[in-house]
Amino acid sequence: MPPTDTERIALLRSELAIRVFEEAVKKQFAAGLIPGSVHLSIGHEAAIAGGCAALATDDYVIGTHRSHGHPIAKGADFGPLMAELMGRVDGVCKGKGGSMHLTDHSVGVMGESGIVGGGLPLAAGAGLSAKVLGNGRVCLCFFGDGASNEGSFHESLNLAAIWQLPVIYLCENNLYGATTPARSVIAVEDIADRAASYAIPGVVVDGQDAEAVYAVVAEAVERARRGDGPSLIEAKTYRYGEHAEGLIIPVTYRDESEVEEWKLRDPVAILRARLIGDGVLREDAAEALEAELRQQVAEAVAFAKNSPLPEPEAAFDDVYSNPIAGGAR
Amino acid sequence: MSSEQNGNVRNISYFQAIFEAHQEEMSRDERVVMIGEDISLYTKAGILDAGLEQRIFSAPISENGFCGMGVGAALTGLRPVVDLTIASFLYLAMDQIVNQAAKIRYMTGGQATIPIVFRASMWHEGSNAGHHSDRPYPMLMNAPGLKIVVPATPADVKGLIKSAIRDDDPVVVFEDNSLWFQSGPVPEGEHLTPLGVAATRRPGDDVTLVAIGGAQKVALEAAAVLADEGCSVEVIDPRSLVPLDRPAILGSLERTGRLVIVDPANRTCSAASEIAAIAAEEAFHSLKAPIARITTPDVPIPFSPSLEDPLYPATTDILDAVRKLQ
Repeated sequence: MPPTDTERIALLRSELAIRVFEEAVKKQFAAGLIPGSVHLSIGHEAAIAGGCAALATDDYVIGTHRSHGHPIAKGADFGPLMAELMGRVDGVCKGKGGSMHLTDHSVGVMGESGIVGGGLPLAAGAGLSAKVLGNGRVCLCFFGDGASNEGSFHESLNLAAIWQLPVIYLCENNLYGATTPARSVIAVEDIADRAASYAIPGVVVDGQDAEAVYAVVAEAVERARRGDGPSLIEAKTYRYGEHAEGLIIPVTYRDESEVEEWKLRDPVAILRARLIGDGVLREDAAEALEAELRQQVAEAVAFAKNSPLPEPEAAFDDVYSNPIAGGAR
Repeated sequence: MSSEQNGNVRNISYFQAIFEAHQEEMSRDERVVMIGEDISLYTKAGILDAGLEQRIFSAPISENGFCGMGVGAALTGLRPVVDLTIASFLYLAMDQIVNQAAKIRYMTGGQATIPIVFRASMWHEGSNAGHHSDRPYPMLMNAPGLKIVVPATPADVKGLIKSAIRDDDPVVVFEDNSLWFQSGPVPEGEHLTPLGVAATRRPGDDVTLVAIGGAQKVALEAAAVLADEGCSVEVIDPRSLVPLDRPAILGSLERTGRLVIVDPANRTCSAASEIAAIAAEEAFHSLKAPIARITTPDVPIPFSPSLEDPLYPATTDILDAVRKLQ
């Protein structure tokens, strides 16, 4: 069923939310309020929003180290995400995870792996539990081009395939693993071709077009829910910024012209223009939507800044479910 | 394997006890699943009921993949038991065991629970050489978030596996393969051994002898010989290394003033090292003699029996160590 006007506007809203949130993150990082490493997905919004739009509220998402967008697209509140980035007590993970681990179980975002490829087996496990418990859920697993060279990618796709687990493996191929061009380290032209080894569908999609991503992920979700097993989808996308914020790379590994070229196919601009062109959204309504999100993100920043840092003793909490005798020391 | 009825206690093997635990817990709780290599054999051979087949996932040789799959399943509502077959295979899955299973709860600020059991059997004295003969529990003692048990008797392996399956945290069960076909008394019916509670296997007043897993056998043999020499040795089986029953070990040491630890792991940063450090820090003034560690030396396990056999802690090593303390 083609998406309704309301669903198309929600898709734009999701893309914009990620963009506006991450622009604020960039600013707060530069201001020194966010410690550690920050990997932005500005440029990836279509893949993230399009993928998550195909899910039900109780479906699972597993993310990556570049994963602020995944909980946002799944509907997480901005405040606890921003507070987590600032290491505050009201952070969604109480300041224990940070930028690479914005887990929010309340919206089905089960975890993000700071280790490249670490989330792929977890997604197979989420699929296994859905199958054994018969709860009809699916798991959408995001990963990058770099992870497709990890053993965990191949092991997980095979496991998901042999047991026909309801998992959608969605590659955000942004063409670079840190500074290494993907084409120089991946033997096949398209990562999606690797699906052939596991006898599952492998689809390449325009990662700058949220509606295109939505369509292929929705089909894979349907297939997974029917019990027909996993799919591999490769969204070709691009990150506008550096691998991590503040990272100074002393050599040129991608041309500025390449960056500019990709920006001409900006995912937010593409969908916005299309919705306005289709008469689904008026220009002023699009502006109002963006203004509303900017306001919400500003409130999230204020919430985060007002949240205290955790007390040092909190470092000893949540190591175990049943605190062990003597405790951590 | 005999299953002798004796009131409400039977003599069964360590191996049978492992599978009684699986059978009972899988029957009791439909969220319990098994994942591992070659495990479809268990229902086919009648070791587990055929009715459990749907929850037994006989996996490809993809340790990192299927361990992580178990973690993901635990994260989303199942209670998997992952059979690693042989302990040194867990090195292939270190990312999923150490980075994921051990840390997810903590890193999510307590949102996640990871009720998973990893079973790792430790093979040695079988000329299996360096890739199949390790006792890697000390490495995992250094990974906060995991619980680690080292059952030494059929009753404990049953009771600890059952408790591990019911525990909401990841538990690694290190089974000493030399014990698999040893029999011992196991109570009929429900039998749970709590995690973190040591057992005193033999009371004594002169020396505290802590022995880990399969080393219990040589420790008890040595204690019997020493008793004939007039030396009263208290033999403690920690049963859990994480959590470790510190009060049991320190309480005994306060009475005896002497501590010998027998640990079949390699020496450096072994469980014996940790126990020795705890004793030195917390019971220094009770010590009447230096602490002794009897371990496997820091060499990979060699193939030839003449090279392998002398490396492991033996009764004579314990006798020598204890006699030196007098």
